[in-house]
Amino acid sequence: MRNRLDRRSFLRIAGTSLSIGALYSAFAPLAHGASNEIIRKSLADLNGEAPAPFSFIQLSDTHVGFNGPPDPLGTKAFENAVATINRLKNRPELVIVTGDLTHDADSTEEHARRYRLFKEIAGKINGTQIKVVPGENDAALDGGAMFRELMGPTYYSFDHRGVHFIALDNVSGGKPAVGGDQLAWMKSDLARFPTSAPIVVFTHRPLFDLRPDWEWFTIDGDQVLNALAPYDNVTILYGHIHRENFHQQGNTRLYAARSLIFAFPDPATPGAKKPMPFDKDRPFKNLGLRMVTGEAKGGGLQIEDVELSMNEYSGTVGMDQMLKHGKGDSADE
Amino acid sequence: MNIRYFKRGFVAELAIAFAAAVSSKALPVNYAAQAYASEPPQVIEIKAKKFEFSPSTVTLKAGQPVILRLTTEDRTHGFFLKPLNIDADIEPGKTTDVAVTPDAAGEYVVICDHYCGIGHGNMKLTLNVVQ
Repeated sequence: MRNRLDRRSFLRIAGTSLSIGALYSAFAPLAHGASNEIIRKSLADLNGEAPAPFSFIQLSDTHVGFNGPPDPLGTKAFENAVATINRLKNRPELVIVTGDLTHDADSTEEHARRYRLFKEIAGKINGTQIKVVPGENDAALDGGAMFRELMGPTYYSFDHRGVHFIALDNVSGGKPAVGGDQLAWMKSDLARFPTSAPIVVFTHRPLFDLRPDWEWFTIDGDQVLNALAPYDNVTILYGHIHRENFHQQGNTRLYAARSLIFAFPDPATPGAKKPMPFDKDRPFKNLGLRMVTGEAKGGGLQIEDVELSMNEYSGTVGMDQMLKHGKGDSADE
Repeated sequence: MNIRYFKRGFVAELAIAFAAAVSSKALPVNYAAQAYASEPPQVIEIKAKKFEFSPSTVTLKAGQPVILRLTTEDRTHGFFLKPLNIDADIEPGKTTDVAVTPDAAGEYVVICDHYCGIGHGNMKLTLNVVQ
């Protein structure tokens, strides 16, 4: 998917820093005029740093440990995505992973091993901070205990170059919900910001009713969106649905990312949810990562969901060799 | 559609008796109350365990009140059906009753919305509502 956004959208997206260089364009106008300077200074005071251009990447649903018919290649797409990021000329300063880092396992020992493998692969991303939230595969059975032990808190916030990031956990309670305590924390966290502040929320499940009978929803997602509604520049990034999706609610824009294990069909598809079948000729079809690129002069902005290639797996390490492993895990999301 | 779900107990039993009367959208209140007064709603027992509901298909008649009596054989599961506004937890050692009066024929898919393990995504029940 490649969307060229209009000027209005450009400013909104750029204001949330969802881009390579986009903030430069977005905040350049803020440097001119007294009121914009006040906003800029206000953000600098609140965040400890003024808005500045930077880029980040979203990865999602790596499902480390999964091995089954929809993707017999295990972590290959994840490793491919890491290599893709390392080849970028404009280095992303953050990599955000929106849940299901690991595929659930029958034993805690095996699940811990999958976490370690996730960290090993993600650790190969050069010179970039990695921020994660849990998916239900990571955290729903043990209330997030292993995630907190090995990865850190399941929800938190931080500031980066004038943008406020909020990580939300809508999985570890077992049900698809954020919960009252976390919602109260988020409202308190937001209270110190002006409505013009650029805000990026990242979480695992969609915060709206995308497809409830496929469990693509969050029970109290409307309360989260209501709390965010007064803010002008809100972007929500999520995973779980293993495909691109865009939804807008008021000023808030919600983007789902591709997974790095297998794809699910369009939510408009009738009937049961079934993974897209593995295509040996295009093993990474519909898998990939999200990059957003902007032009420094403000001429436009492109959001790009990048499908991975299989070039590096040709030659001596052929597809047939890679397909020899696999024990047929469940294709749950 | 009438929906009420609760853990059984004194208040719950009382609620069963008046559920249709106080919440009916599909039926006139008096009609619903009379229906409960003349004959108790049918009780349909549904058991949950990883990763299935048993029975996996339930057929209901539109306009006829029923109690879905939910229990679990292993761990906590969910019982979620957005179109009928049902969202119940099924906890070990407890019985959860969901009072429902379907008002429109159709096929609905109930899912477990409390994550229960690797096969969780396949845990479904089909609710067929006939005229």
